[in-house]
Amino acid sequence: MSADAAQTDLGISGPDPRRELRTRAQAVIVPLVSVLIAFAIGGILIWLQGVNPLVAYKVLFTAALGNEQGLTRVMEKSTPLILTGLAVVVGLRAGLFNIGAQGQLLVAAIGAAWAGYAFQLPAIIHLPFALVFGMLCGAAWASIAGVLRAYRSVSEVITTIMLNAIAIALVDYLASEPLKEADQPLTRTPAIQSTAALPDLGIIPMGFVIALAVAILLGWFLSRTTGGFRFNTVGLNPNAARYAGISVRGTIVLAMAVSGALAGLGGAIETVGITGRFEPAFNAGLGFDGITIALLARANPIATIPAAILVGILRTGAASLQFETGIQPEVVDVILALTLLMVAAPIVGRLLFRNRALKATRVTSGWGS
Amino acid sequence: MSQADSDRTLPVDVPALQAVGLTKRFPGVVANDDVSLSVHAGQVVALLGENGAGKSTLVKMIYGLYQPDEGQIRIRGEAVRLSGPRDAIRRGIGMVHQHFQLVPVFTVAENVILGDEPHRGPMVSMAEATERVRRLSEEYGLQVDVNARVEDLPVGAQQRVEILKALYRKADILILDEPTAVLTPQETDELLKVMRRFAASGVAVIFITHKLREVLEVADTIEVLRGGKVVGTTTPSQTDQADLAEMMVGRSVLLRVDKAPAQPGETVLDVAGLRALDDLGLPALTDVSLQVRSGEIVGIAGVEGNGQRELVECLTGLRRCSAQRLLIGGADAHGATPHAIHAMGVGHVPEDREKDGLVGPYSVADNLVLNRFDEPQFATRGVRNRRSIRELASGLIARFDVRTPSAATPAEALSGGNKQKVVIARELAARPRLLIAAQPTRGVDVGSIEFIHAQIVAARDAGAGVLLVSAELDEVMGLSDRIAVMYRGQLVAELPAEGADRSRIGRLMAGGSEDPSPAAPSDDA
Repeated sequence: MSADAAQTDLGISGPDPRRELRTRAQAVIVPLVSVLIAFAIGGILIWLQGVNPLVAYKVLFTAALGNEQGLTRVMEKSTPLILTGLAVVVGLRAGLFNIGAQGQLLVAAIGAAWAGYAFQLPAIIHLPFALVFGMLCGAAWASIAGVLRAYRSVSEVITTIMLNAIAIALVDYLASEPLKEADQPLTRTPAIQSTAALPDLGIIPMGFVIALAVAILLGWFLSRTTGGFRFNTVGLNPNAARYAGISVRGTIVLAMAVSGALAGLGGAIETVGITGRFEPAFNAGLGFDGITIALLARANPIATIPAAILVGILRTGAASLQFETGIQPEVVDVILALTLLMVAAPIVGRLLFRNRALKATRVTSGWGS
Repeated sequence: MSQADSDRTLPVDVPALQAVGLTKRFPGVVANDDVSLSVHAGQVVALLGENGAGKSTLVKMIYGLYQPDEGQIRIRGEAVRLSGPRDAIRRGIGMVHQHFQLVPVFTVAENVILGDEPHRGPMVSMAEATERVRRLSEEYGLQVDVNARVEDLPVGAQQRVEILKALYRKADILILDEPTAVLTPQETDELLKVMRRFAASGVAVIFITHKLREVLEVADTIEVLRGGKVVGTTTPSQTDQADLAEMMVGRSVLLRVDKAPAQPGETVLDVAGLRALDDLGLPALTDVSLQVRSGEIVGIAGVEGNGQRELVECLTGLRRCSAQRLLIGGADAHGATPHAIHAMGVGHVPEDREKDGLVGPYSVADNLVLNRFDEPQFATRGVRNRRSIRELASGLIARFDVRTPSAATPAEALSGGNKQKVVIARELAARPRLLIAAQPTRGVDVGSIEFIHAQIVAARDAGAGVLLVSAELDEVMGLSDRIAVMYRGQLVAELPAEGADRSRIGRLMAGGSEDPSPAAPSDDA
């Protein structure tokens, strides 16, 4: 009511503290409760398989966090997840739903592999070159969808899904024909030169450090720079963006390219840091987990880090779960899917905060318009 | 009417609807405080008040959407508890909401019967439905094509569909919530006539508005609300606009814009032979020529949809156009982007502030620099300078009297008038040499209108040229130094505002010639 606003003093001291607090609390509590409910339902599934859920979860978390090896594996697994999560986040901020992080990651992973094995360069140039080349591959792949959306109003949801399918076929072909390692039966590229490999820093993988730095950098970009302001404005109100002199088309293409570059960095780090070459069987599903992670993080780059680590823990522990308890590791997929469901549909928020619930992260701006 | 007459065998002194001492509290606010009101059959009662005065809360209680905390609602003398709209409808209350509740892809007839369909067994009898709706529309003079799809209809016709919906459900107490906010002057006049026709046929009409002229024209009784209380009950013969405005706002209000004679200087906008297409690719502007000089306000009068929106969009770089000459401050602005035109010193108050002028979730401060965010004072090498943005915001909030808890409050939390003040503050803060203001006071409360008008005049006196586009003829006549009338994509006349004749401009707006002859009836569709 305006009467209310009129009574409040007009000091410009700071934001409305109550509203601010409520917003912050919800942003943390809703995803947390969603995850807990997902674990509870997952627990029922485990129990139905004749295993005590508490034992199973203990196995899962001990395998992931109980020793140095596990911790390193969690960080390795989380690295591409943080980056594909960030890829989806950037898109969401600019009003785009990039389902194609998977395809962008694959194209970048094979691009980085080629850049890594086909050149003889000093390490100080070779490693950055391989990473940047991978990012460019991802950016170019995503830009196809960006340009179609900006200039032809084709929904990026549709095109990125289609580009995923094309990317899978493309990298399969590349790894089995032109870029195939000679004189052996497997479908894979040659190993990268040692000059292109990520150096080993001990317990903490270097790729993980890069991913953390990128998340912080992206958080800063989106909240503090004019470029971030353009992205956010186009995402929140494209009409007002146009009115304010922002090129909406240019911003859409750029945001999609940045999104693809981030997913691409994830793929490139996989190649130069983990697998050492490109093999089509690796990297499956990373891009799709990125969607769950971005929504769990409510399109916030910093929150993407814990969200990705959580998924990383589940993925790391899943193998031991099967090994030690005989439970189907797909339980982890169920937990993630349930989490996504509850975060995407504002079920938990409504339950906990009634009509004062924050709107769920908007993901469908392109549909039907 | 005929079948309704039998229902109305009540003694004349029993009101069709009576609210007695209604109080409604929301956390932190008393929205309605001991409000009483009565409406007799055959009467039009106007509820007048500013945004937030409690008009909507009151009618929502009457329509069963809110339950009163205290007080009683009586329908035809009988005390009732309305548990919801369904209950209200059953008792003959109909409401036309400000935001229409229509299914766009359904036809008029389908929309009207929805929820109460005539049927044979399980099948909806469409022929019968269509016929009943058509009869109803003829009976009350609500012209609308019953077979047209609602999404294809202009706003005025959609509103008639809403009214038909209420009448179809046999409403004899009809609530109209700000019905004229979306209408052109012609449509408004037509609606006021329709309201009188309802009253004549025995319907009790509650008419919510904040427009003084309409109240004086149509109401039998006027109830003025302020701060959740009834502050006055009067009739049109006992009061006038100034009186009503004072009651509404609680202080005396300047209805006439107080301004010195214009001192026009050099030409800041020079347009010749401007042509453009509308969104459907049809000609919207055919050969528009116009000059605006610094230090003067040029008002464009016209019924909405005659090319005004397209004209503003062309001049601000938002729409492609061709022109023999399009100079802003002497420089060619043909094909310039919105960004470039802003850089040429053009301020733009867009007609739809929610859609184009503001980013709702952004703070007031960010909205105050929405089109200047990359200027050197607000950003250094791509990094936004938050301190200077905050400083600018606190200065503008004080100068333009924006009522907001803080500069960090999201713009969407503000009232309509304060949102518009944010837009006006932003555009005037950049010291434009040309200000293009489209519908600058639409949906804005009386107090803010006065303030916004004063700011536009102040900008003129500081040397800006102002192009004012408004569907409110009073606004154009009160604010402008020169008036141009727009009709079907052309400026059909230009005249000095001093001594301009309202009815003559009205005729020109309707496409009539300069001679005093009856204006052609406007038709929509």
